[in-house]
Amino acid sequence: MKLLKNFVLFFIILNFVQITSAENNVELKNKISKNIRCLICQGQSVYDSQSDFAISIKLVIEKKLDEGLNENEIYEFLKNQYGQWITYDPEFNKNTFILWTLPILLFFIGGAIILRKLIV
Amino acid sequence: MKNKILFSLAVLFFIFCFVVLFKGLKNSNIYIPNTLSKKTLINFESKDLYSETTILSDQIFVGNDYYILNIWASWCLPCRDEHPILMKLRKNSSIKLIGLNYRDDPNNAKKFIDKFGNPYSMIITDQNGIISIELGAYGIPETFIINKNKKIIKKFIGALNQKSLKEIKLILK
Repeated sequence: MKLLKNFVLFFIILNFVQITSAENNVELKNKISKNIRCLICQGQSVYDSQSDFAISIKLVIEKKLDEGLNENEIYEFLKNQYGQWITYDPEFNKNTFILWTLPILLFFIGGAIILRKLIV
Repeated sequence: MKNKILFSLAVLFFIFCFVVLFKGLKNSNIYIPNTLSKKTLINFESKDLYSETTILSDQIFVGNDYYILNIWASWCLPCRDEHPILMKLRKNSSIKLIGLNYRDDPNNAKKFIDKFGNPYSMIITDQNGIISIELGAYGIPETFIINKNKKIIKKFIGALNQKSLKEIKLILK
């Protein structure tokens, strides 16, 4: 009887772990596809789009997650195939340095002006 | 004096912003992929359209100097336009022409080939589109020129035309 109880308990825990893992994978897949641009759509992420391209990308993300790749490895794989443009998170490079530095620059200039006014 | 310097700096800053944004206006807002990046072909597993046997990419890309991998589908209209070009390329014995049938019904694909002719040495299937995405394809039709070292040396996005045929012939020389 005790053996049966333990077996049932083990079975329930195993199922719970499997379900949780599957749910985590779905959540991660959705998160990644929201951060990936649908390259053939107008202003849509892969998550939002129902184009053939987006559907296939979602399947590739699923496959890569099943293969054990993590989020960053999947982004790297897609960037390697399609270039930097595929992600919504631009890297700091010679093409994007204005995008990254301008807000910081403006923040400091604004801060300096406000500070100056306060001191004077 | 200080105010003048500040004013000049502000003007310079706005001119700089204007120039940057004005230059950006002239850029195309349509994403143009790089078609010349020499990437190594990924390893993949597929099925032959006719025999339905499983084939590894290593078994496909072997023994030739150049390979042309054409992604097509029977439901794709531009694929019909480029078909005569592929039929011409078939005559070139130094290349192996491989068709990758993308998200298609196998029966429709076979009917398409029966109707328009078979330019391919081999037709493999990509039922869910995963192989095409892993290859870096954007849509169909798309054609990859691959050398014997399994490097993708050129990518043609969209239907092949007379201009691309000339380009392919130049590459193959």
